[in-house]
Amino acid sequence: MNKTLFSAVSKKFVMALAGLFLLLFLPVHLGINLMLLKSDPEPFNSAAHFMATFPLIKVVELLLFLTILIHITYGIILQILNWLSRPVGYKVRNKSETSAFSRFMIWTGGSVLIFLVIHFFNFYFIKLGLVDGNPEDFYSVAWQLFSVPGYVILYWICFLLLGFHLYHALQSAFQTLGLSNEFWKPVIRAISLIYAVAVPVGFAIIPLVIWLFK
Amino acid sequence: MKLKLKIWKQKNAKSDGAFETYDLDGVAPEMSFVEMLALLNQTLAQQGREPVAFDHDCHEGICGSCGMYINGYPHGLVKGLTTCLLSMRHFKDGETIVIEPWRAKPFPVVKDLIVDRSALDKIQVAGGFISVTTGAAADANAVLVSKKKSDLAFDSAVCIGCGACVAACKNASAMLFVSAKISQYALLPQGRPEAKERVRAMIAEMDKQAFGSCSNTGACEAQCPKQIKLFNIARLNREYYKSY
Repeated sequence: MNKTLFSAVSKKFVMALAGLFLLLFLPVHLGINLMLLKSDPEPFNSAAHFMATFPLIKVVELLLFLTILIHITYGIILQILNWLSRPVGYKVRNKSETSAFSRFMIWTGGSVLIFLVIHFFNFYFIKLGLVDGNPEDFYSVAWQLFSVPGYVILYWICFLLLGFHLYHALQSAFQTLGLSNEFWKPVIRAISLIYAVAVPVGFAIIPLVIWLFK
Repeated sequence: MKLKLKIWKQKNAKSDGAFETYDLDGVAPEMSFVEMLALLNQTLAQQGREPVAFDHDCHEGICGSCGMYINGYPHGLVKGLTTCLLSMRHFKDGETIVIEPWRAKPFPVVKDLIVDRSALDKIQVAGGFISVTTGAAADANAVLVSKKKSDLAFDSAVCIGCGACVAACKNASAMLFVSAKISQYALLPQGRPEAKERVRAMIAEMDKQAFGSCSNTGACEAQCPKQIKLFNIARLNREYYKSY
């Protein structure tokens, strides 16, 4: 039983499902973030308030934390096992043709994790009362953060790396779930590209627009 | 052609290896890579030096014996060729060629460029077969198979088990090998009765042999001398989930 539940393929299956769930969450988050572009803080703050208090969303939030934890834990376990599968490496760098972003998933994923920690520190900890700030006015918190050039540059770098991660993630998840074949592969690849460009760009233009026009 | 060869020399699995450099003259462009190494060994034998150990057998790309990591590519730069079919015309006169053995935990070095690939055999033994009663051959048309499926099954059945997919994969994963072996049976009616047990047993054995998992990088597909396609891995995953 353990052999099948924890086989390499099962681990990948769990990781792919968790990853796809996170992919669904990102556009929702982006939708709310886009309200930051309004001069009136009210829509953003009430959306944030809704997300923080509505009971059903609380359940989804718990599921989201669990998913993030599973995705990261499995990702690290699989990566370590994969490194152990080649204890002695090649002296000449492996030049086999691969999809470019697939080789760096642990590193792009790791940088997204670092961003996530900063992000939690900036917002979620306020809600928990661990950091000073008004949890009912995340609009001002966000605007304040976007006024710091260093933060915005870090924000952009993280979203660029997230885009690299997402591009491989989406198509890889389909392959892992067994939903890819010769016909669908180019379609899935195109969807991955659109998603991996649209979502990070959506997030990244918010501080830019604020800088340029507000 | 004159070549400088940097070849990995290693006495056995336990000893440390190191590169040894050889200068080889008189290589003809029409020689295969394996014939070039045979020429090297002949030269070394004449000088009373120890030859380089490497695997080779059929010299026509169907046995899966040969396999070495040439200048950063399993089986060399040219796609769709085994080392024995790789022609020396793809190399330049005076070029330095670095040759290493396959590297993976389940493939311990036996000597020099020879690795023990019996881990792949063990996966095959775990489930890569169909149980049929022996006796007179069944009528060819007794079980109907569509042309499309028979072609796909054949495309995966051409896997020679050389291990280039494992050698190329950054995770030393054998997923392309296993997916080819699974697909050749999964696509045909004769393979269906034992499909569930087969896929579970072969994946369990793959893990037991400590091969890595698939990151969908596609290096295996790029380096496979038989050009086994990546979507076989999707089929393998599908077959695995379907077995529950």
